[in-house]
Amino acid sequence: MLILTCPVCGVTAEETEFHGGGEAHLTRHGPGSSDDDFEDYLFMRENPRGVHFERWRHVYGCGKWFHAARCTTTLEVFGTYPAQTTEPPKDLQKTISKKRPGWTWRDLA
Amino acid sequence: MSEPVTALGGVASDAGIAAIAEAPLQGMITLRGDLSASAVKKAAKAASGVDLPGAGMAHMDGESGLCWMSPDELLVLCPYAEAAERLERLQTALAKTHALAVNVSDARASFTVSGPRAREVMGKLCPVDLAPDRFTPGIFRRTRMAQVPAAFWMDDTERFRIVCFRSQAQYVFDLLTVAAQPGSEVFCY
Repeated sequence: MLILTCPVCGVTAEETEFHGGGEAHLTRHGPGSSDDDFEDYLFMRENPRGVHFERWRHVYGCGKWFHAARCTTTLEVFGTYPAQTTEPPKDLQKTISKKRPGWTWRDLA
Repeated sequence: MSEPVTALGGVASDAGIAAIAEAPLQGMITLRGDLSASAVKKAAKAASGVDLPGAGMAHMDGESGLCWMSPDELLVLCPYAEAAERLERLQTALAKTHALAVNVSDARASFTVSGPRAREVMGKLCPVDLAPDRFTPGIFRRTRMAQVPAAFWMDDTERFRIVCFRSQAQYVFDLLTVAAQPGSEVFCY
């Protein structure tokens, strides 16, 4: 079971107080984009073994969205960070590099 | 005018390891806005008579109080009969501020769980660390109670006050009575 800390209200609870919102840091391609971009945006998702970035919502608590970085094999949560960002904070990426040397995720490494 | 009643007519149960009772009608006003704005702070303080609580905290004074719901939301508690008047004052005070205040008194039900085993009853239902040194009077927690959202705080070290949606009042009361059924002590706190 995941133990997440909501970066908005600071509450730490297990995953049933939250709700997963799928993969993080997607770039939206809407009307006017190419068919390939639109297809990628709609359907193509990472399914990594190891480091993963997700959106979560503190649904039973403050109700706010945030991001979480975690390991899909051990369920270790590397950290959570605000929703208002397009990529994980650098210090969090460094933390992950220490714990999982050589990790990659989309364009990140 | 119709007579206001609580969701379950003040039902109570003290056959189990903790005493459970539906609380009398409680005035509640939801206030949303920028909690760092001085107009919002001032209006909230005037409507409740207590200082603004920090994140995850509640300030209580008898039937009145302020609960921190989220970074942009407060719950103003007041005597039921005064809710309409206090709401009007809030709205007047916030007329020129981007904020929202709504009387939600009749949308909610509240319960009390009291006794030396009250922590265990709550601990069975909520994913919250209720150890006596971690959850103390003054803390306000919104969380999940079995399958429904709820919020609670402690009046003293042996008494919880719970707020839930009125439509779920029967479910919450049933949950609490089952969690408190005789002989179900866990002795974990």
